[in-house]
Amino acid sequence: MTRYVLSRIGQALLVLWAAWTISFFVLYVLPSDPARIMVGPDATDVTAAQLDAIRHQYGLDQPVVVQYFQHLGSLFTGDLGRSIGVGRPVADVIGEAIAPTAQIALAGLVLAIVFGGGIAVLATWTRNRALGQFLLQLPPIGVAVPGFWFALLLVQWFSFGLHLFPAFGGEGPASVVLPAITLALPTGATIAQLLSKSLVQTLREPYVDTAYAKGAGRWRVQLRHALKNAALPALTVTGLIVGQLFSGTVVTETVFSRPGLGRVTATGVQQQDIPVVQGIVLLAAAIFVVVNLVVDLVYPLLDPRVVIAGSRRKLRDRDGATPGATPSVPGTTPSSTSEPTAVHA
Amino acid sequence: MTETTQLAIGRPAPLATTADRVPGGTTALRAIVARPTLTIAVVWLALVIVAALVPGALTHHDPLAAEPAAKLTAPDAAHWFGTDQLGRDLYARVVHGTALTLQAAVLAIVIGLVGGSLVGLVAGFVGGAVDAVLMRVTDVLLAIPSLLLSLTIVTVLGFGTVNVAVAVGVASIATIARIMRSEVVRVRTAPYVEAASANGNRWWRVLLVHVLPNAAGPVLVLAALEFGTAILAVSSLSFLGYGAQPPQPEWGSLVATGRDFIASSWWLTTIPGLVIAVTVLAGNRVARALDTERRAVR
Repeated sequence: MTRYVLSRIGQALLVLWAAWTISFFVLYVLPSDPARIMVGPDATDVTAAQLDAIRHQYGLDQPVVVQYFQHLGSLFTGDLGRSIGVGRPVADVIGEAIAPTAQIALAGLVLAIVFGGGIAVLATWTRNRALGQFLLQLPPIGVAVPGFWFALLLVQWFSFGLHLFPAFGGEGPASVVLPAITLALPTGATIAQLLSKSLVQTLREPYVDTAYAKGAGRWRVQLRHALKNAALPALTVTGLIVGQLFSGTVVTETVFSRPGLGRVTATGVQQQDIPVVQGIVLLAAAIFVVVNLVVDLVYPLLDPRVVIAGSRRKLRDRDGATPGATPSVPGTTPSSTSEPTAVHA
Repeated sequence: MTETTQLAIGRPAPLATTADRVPGGTTALRAIVARPTLTIAVVWLALVIVAALVPGALTHHDPLAAEPAAKLTAPDAAHWFGTDQLGRDLYARVVHGTALTLQAAVLAIVIGLVGGSLVGLVAGFVGGAVDAVLMRVTDVLLAIPSLLLSLTIVTVLGFGTVNVAVAVGVASIATIARIMRSEVVRVRTAPYVEAASANGNRWWRVLLVHVLPNAAGPVLVLAALEFGTAILAVSSLSFLGYGAQPPQPEWGSLVATGRDFIASSWWLTTIPGLVIAVTVLAGNRVARALDTERRAVR
């Protein structure tokens, strides 16, 4: 077990390093001129000497390999470089933004689980065909709605129409509500799609019949017996869902003018602030990797059918439902070809 | 991994099939009645394509002609979608904005499809170390949320509709590459591919004539699904201000401009956004139908 955990942590670190490396090459090595980008496209009065000075200051005059190892070296000391836009260390800029984003992201996740899960449970529980069909039509709509538009509709209705919640800003608990609902829409829709699919499958399993035969009621079977097992496959896409929440904050925080990671990202791109953008990419990859690591480690505890043997997992009866058999990435989840999972906000 | 993907693809979608199946002999009319949402989706997409190719056929208004006397009027008979802060007809702007949005989405899909298919084909066909390296790289790319990946690329390329399209396309390469690879691996070991090789066909002929056509199905369905995703991504990036620059109309940036007048003029944000949502919904509906159809054939 310890060996398994260690090897998984090693893999996670490797992915993180690779993500950072890819972002480094995209941002610094592709046929672009970081120094030019830094001074901005409108700066026509910059002399070649000034550009050279900037190149020297940021080490851009060094060979790429030297730059790469310099950056990698400072990364190990927690130094992500300096923001070009605000001139402060990237780690500080990002660090300050985490808390406000975590608020709306957590609230959004809770809403998404409650409503997404609720729709899935109700749609598979009801015997009213029309109601079931109606409920199953909702998630595809939720996935298709642009996040920025939904946010603006919420502002129209609840801020300017009913005066219930503030239209923008990050002060007080009331300001969390509308951004959280915005984030919850695509995420909740994704959860509802995955969960209803897996509930339909689970309800066909023999143990469900056994539960009925023992006299359990429909609600009890649905909630106590089926939901527990049906939720497991949905757990494997937690990393994807968290990533979806993360990218959702870019649009959400822009619409609601809230401080946070999304705003830092949007401003970073706007100002072509390469160190900040790279820091954000690294953070997103780190979150994804950590979430997947935790899911992988917790999974066998939740599903005793999954056994860890050495560093490999063996499945007894289920196919494609466990993280060990399927790395939890969007391209390989069983739902990826059939379900419109919107990763974009 | 390949096994699970294959199983997922081979298994009919339990939720969709029963409702989608057209019973018995299918005349065109019966098909329409049996699948009303699909019909609406196809009609809507046809309208969108007409709007993109010949916007003049749907509106006689000039999308750039300002009419200050009629600024910010609510939708009425003269201006179906109302007018904006300069008195420009919003309906004309939405219709004329279709081309930019659609071009960007199509360019993104082409980039994703070509790039992803190439990577997937090479990885699946060559196998070994090449496969391992390529798939690890896609794993890493999938660890970064695709909107962030697009934003990173936009940072480097700069702003504009084409750059946004490239960014969205590149961000979708990894997903398509994975599906392509798993299909190629499945097809490569099929007896007819073995037979083709044994008959003395060169490897590239085997790849192009035998492997590619048989592996392309799920990838094309994914590309159809990618249409909705691309429209959403392109309009999100335009909304954030990285895409089309004013006064050019584009769906996402129309919503962004309307945002300044949200308290007084609801139609400026609501209507263009609704058009985006319906288009994405229609695209996804058609993609789902294609998926069901493909599974039924197999």
